Amino acid sequence: MAAVTQFEIDVRSKRYPAVGQAPPIEALRDLRFAISVGEFACIVGPSGCGKTTLLNIVAGLDADFTGRVDFPGPAERSRPVIGYVFQKPRLLPWRTVEENIRLVLSPAQARSTIVDDLLAATGLIDARHSYPERLSVGMARRVALVRAFAIEPDLLLMDEPFVSLDETTAERLRALLLDIWSRRPTTVLFVTHDTREAAQLADRVIVLTPSPGSLQSIVTIDTPRADRINGGIAEAIRQRIVQPPAIEASR
Amino acid sequence: MPDRWGFLPRAASFVAFIAAWQIGSLAVGARQLPPPLVVLDVLWRRILDGSIPYHVGVTLARVAVSFTIAMLIGTAIGIAMGRSRRLDRFFDGWLILFLNVPAVVSTILCYVWFGLVETAAIAAVAVNKIPNVVVTLREGARALSPDYIEMAQVYRLSRAKTLRHVILPELYPFIVAAARSGLALVWKIVLVVELLGRSNGVGFQIYSAFQNFEVAEILAYTIAFVAVIQAIEFAILRPLERRAGRWRR
Repeated sequence: MAAVTQFEIDVRSKRYPAVGQAPPIEALRDLRFAISVGEFACIVGPSGCGKTTLLNIVAGLDADFTGRVDFPGPAERSRPVIGYVFQKPRLLPWRTVEENIRLVLSPAQARSTIVDDLLAATGLIDARHSYPERLSVGMARRVALVRAFAIEPDLLLMDEPFVSLDETTAERLRALLLDIWSRRPTTVLFVTHDTREAAQLADRVIVLTPSPGSLQSIVTIDTPRADRINGGIAEAIRQRIVQPPAIEASR
Repeated sequence: MPDRWGFLPRAASFVAFIAAWQIGSLAVGARQLPPPLVVLDVLWRRILDGSIPYHVGVTLARVAVSFTIAMLIGTAIGIAMGRSRRLDRFFDGWLILFLNVPAVVSTILCYVWFGLVETAAIAAVAVNKIPNVVVTLREGARALSPDYIEMAQVYRLSRAKTLRHVILPELYPFIVAAARSGLALVWKIVLVVELLGRSNGVGFQIYSAFQNFEVAEILAYTIAFVAVIQAIEFAILRPLERRAGRWRR
């Protein structure tokens, strides 16, 4: 078997069994795509189209599906190091900011300066000994971001990490994310329902259909991120995501 | 005086209790119910001659050992049953049975099976307490948030780390609740166990006093022991509970 060179996701079907009176639900169907190493890929789609389900499958949290997920690299190193920024920060409330981050590190990372570097880059140095419940929502999300980057992941999964923040804070966090990512490059799979957010962040956008989620289109964005600050250019990119050309839509 | 609304009613309540005791003693006779001062005198003499410190100490040691064993075993079983539906279904009937076995029955059975030895006494107390710990911790383990466990899974925390940093802290309120109700239960059962098959400890002393009809002796030991248990509650368990909540807003 040839070594896989990219992240290959092939979900034939993912069903949730019937619960009580509710019928069984097919969350994903025939969803196939690949992500190159180092790529920033956004997954967009209407709410309820199975985006979080997809991330949980890739993360290995959900093995109850038909299909497969292949990671790049030699076969014996079957699972890459995965960082996951959940929709809620999921910081342990009984551990301080720094304890939350250090808990997930390897011994080598714990000895390095990576925690200090990332805390400094995200403006969290003063909050390192605080308990998460004393943090603002934006700060807690920054901690979750630091935790995910601190393990130096091969793959970074992000599930609407900036949802329900005010636009200014979300904007700042997006800039912060791109800043850290450019200094510590990794492959990112970023789920969002916000097409503007995808247009701003992604190298490639994977658009899902409504439930059961399957591939609607893949939009490649070549425009340098610095140019996307221009409102007109950003809107043009967003239009390509929202209304993909017919050729990209057919598969 | 900022705390007068807390202090005055308590003081009044204490005085009323002593008065009721005195009146009751006058009504039924000092032999049936010795008045407070007589009991206080016995208490003081038994402390000075060393018998209360010795027997309370022996009983406390039994409480400590059996309490620790019951907490450890009960917590382990409780977590296992709370996390696994299969285990829970299988052992639920057993649990209900053990919850309802009277303390006297399990104590006598332990003495019959193991002999009148210390191990039997400790085992009898632990067996009585374990089911209560299991029920409390099972409740806690069922309520564990999958959010943190998934986080631990993705970030590949070892089982030991997951237990220490994720599961046990989340269960801490349940552990403290089990410990507090456990202490209240264990010290009462220890007395029964001592009464039935030991030749020292508060339970044994109360049994001896009962045979000689020394009510003042019984009351003196009761007061001494209740005071010690309350001191443990205030000095150890309450601070532990506060400590558990220090991360809360």
